[in-house]
Amino acid sequence: MSVKIGVPSKGRLMDKTFEWFAERGITMKRTGAEREYSGAVEGIEGVDLVLLSASEIPRELAAGRIHMGVTGTDLVREKLGDWPSVVEVVAEMGFGHADLIIAVPDCWVDVETLDDLDAAAAAFRADHGFRLRIATKYHRLVRDHLRAHGVADYQLVDSQGATEGTIRNLTAEAVADITSTGETLRANHLKILEGEPVLRSQATLFASRSALCEGADAEALTALRARLA
Amino acid sequence: MSIVTPAARAEGQRLFGAFQTWGAAPVEAAVLQPAGTLLDLYGEDIRARAYVTQDPVQGEMMLRPDFTVPVVQAHMAGGADPARYCYLGEVFRKQEQGAERASEYLQVGYEVFDRDQPLRADAEVFALFARMLAGKGLRAATGDIGILIAAVRGLPTSDTRKAALMRHLWRPVRFRSLLERFAGRAPLPKGRAALLARMKAGDPVESPAPQIGLRSRAEIETRLARLAEDSATPAIPADVVDALEALVGVADKAPAALSAMRGIAAVMPWITPSLDTFEQRLTVLAAHGVDVAGLDFEASYGRTTLEYYDGFVFGFFAETRPDLPPVASGGRYDALTQVLGQGRSIPAVGGVIRPALLVELEGGQ
Repeated sequence: MSVKIGVPSKGRLMDKTFEWFAERGITMKRTGAEREYSGAVEGIEGVDLVLLSASEIPRELAAGRIHMGVTGTDLVREKLGDWPSVVEVVAEMGFGHADLIIAVPDCWVDVETLDDLDAAAAAFRADHGFRLRIATKYHRLVRDHLRAHGVADYQLVDSQGATEGTIRNLTAEAVADITSTGETLRANHLKILEGEPVLRSQATLFASRSALCEGADAEALTALRARLA
Repeated sequence: MSIVTPAARAEGQRLFGAFQTWGAAPVEAAVLQPAGTLLDLYGEDIRARAYVTQDPVQGEMMLRPDFTVPVVQAHMAGGADPARYCYLGEVFRKQEQGAERASEYLQVGYEVFDRDQPLRADAEVFALFARMLAGKGLRAATGDIGILIAAVRGLPTSDTRKAALMRHLWRPVRFRSLLERFAGRAPLPKGRAALLARMKAGDPVESPAPQIGLRSRAEIETRLARLAEDSATPAIPADVVDALEALVGVADKAPAALSAMRGIAAVMPWITPSLDTFEQRLTVLAAHGVDVAGLDFEASYGRTTLEYYDGFVFGFFAETRPDLPPVASGGRYDALTQVLGQGRSIPAVGGVIRPALLVELEGGQ
């Protein structure tokens, strides 16, 4: 056995994660052929690298199949119910910043805030006979946010990609999505509602509260935590 | 996560039998309910509470989150008038806060559809529940959403503002912030003042951005006109707003609550008929053997539940176990029958008991 750390398997998130660990004297690298998902950890004993899709890391942490994992705050909060009882935040890593926001067509000159969105939703339902549709893949987070702000008469429609296009395609009236620069939103003639975003997310190192850890593994995990502190 | 135990089922059967002895006709309801009806009634929040599943032919379905909707539908489709129904079965509710609360449990319920004497029906249901739950160490709490509805309907302000408040009656935080704004005591939402200034200067407030999506320019202009009209609406007088905020905060034994609300009616005389109804109900409850002097009343009771009750509401709680949900709850839901009856409606009142909680309480004693 060994202590397992789940890390996003590709792209900028993986590179930045490797840099972050390197700054703490832990070298992570991919091994084998270019497209092979295997990796190695040097500079500390008894720790294994598991390369995973960032979106699967919350589930693996919850199941206790990995001891630690790097993923976005957004994914943990969306996918895990009562997340603080399932995972522990070890460190916010200072990259991968993105906000989960709600956006509406730029041409909606009467809508700037959630308050306006609520009023527009009431009128929309009366005019069209169905609830105003918000396209998103972050159902739990968006629903909780809208409930907390007293927005009614909306419905969430699932969109796993190209969410900004749903309004033009007439399958939604508004969107809730992750953005870092807002460029895609502007290109699709959408504007972000005023006020706090639904969530501010960044790459975060989480520890599973349920992963088994005994004997040599416990020692390795303690050593790893000491290095990251 | 807990399963329905044999003891809970036996207790459920006992209560179900008692309701039938009382004259209620037993009814069944499908476990799989069409999601559309429930979503239309309750909105997106129901998705956070109910299990949704997909049927290849029937589309989106929900595991029955309550019996009220299917029982009302069955009644509206051709029940006797008046009618009394009872039912026993599992309901399914997602529980977000860990797994301490059951997500699958039995409900045994009793519903009365009677258009002649609504107060008698209110009292009949409450008194029946109180008798069936007597000696279990439960505290009853009651409320009357009808008083709040009357308070909002009579406000000296525009229909638009009254409709906005009515729409958020079941969202107390939002209700309060709207009320404060309509009183001129809270700031406008960000950007509103600038928008109003542009309109006042004769700017048609067009957007350089392309018109995309289903919400048309005409709909946007209608809302702009409403905003302009609203900015010209005088503030609701401060004493009225204070009285309404005091009203929603009333919580006392029923007779003291009544006299407090009579005091508030000096500023809001339009709530007097609803208070008369409340007072008559207390008389009828007393005639049904309820100790009204000791009965707790909370004006906001029932405002944060998922169901939309619009009159008398009640719940029974285990005082020694504040961690438990209400052992029983119910109320009047006349508006629901109108929504589900497609034009027809019938006054209705009812409630449910969770037998597993009664069993748990007995075990703990």
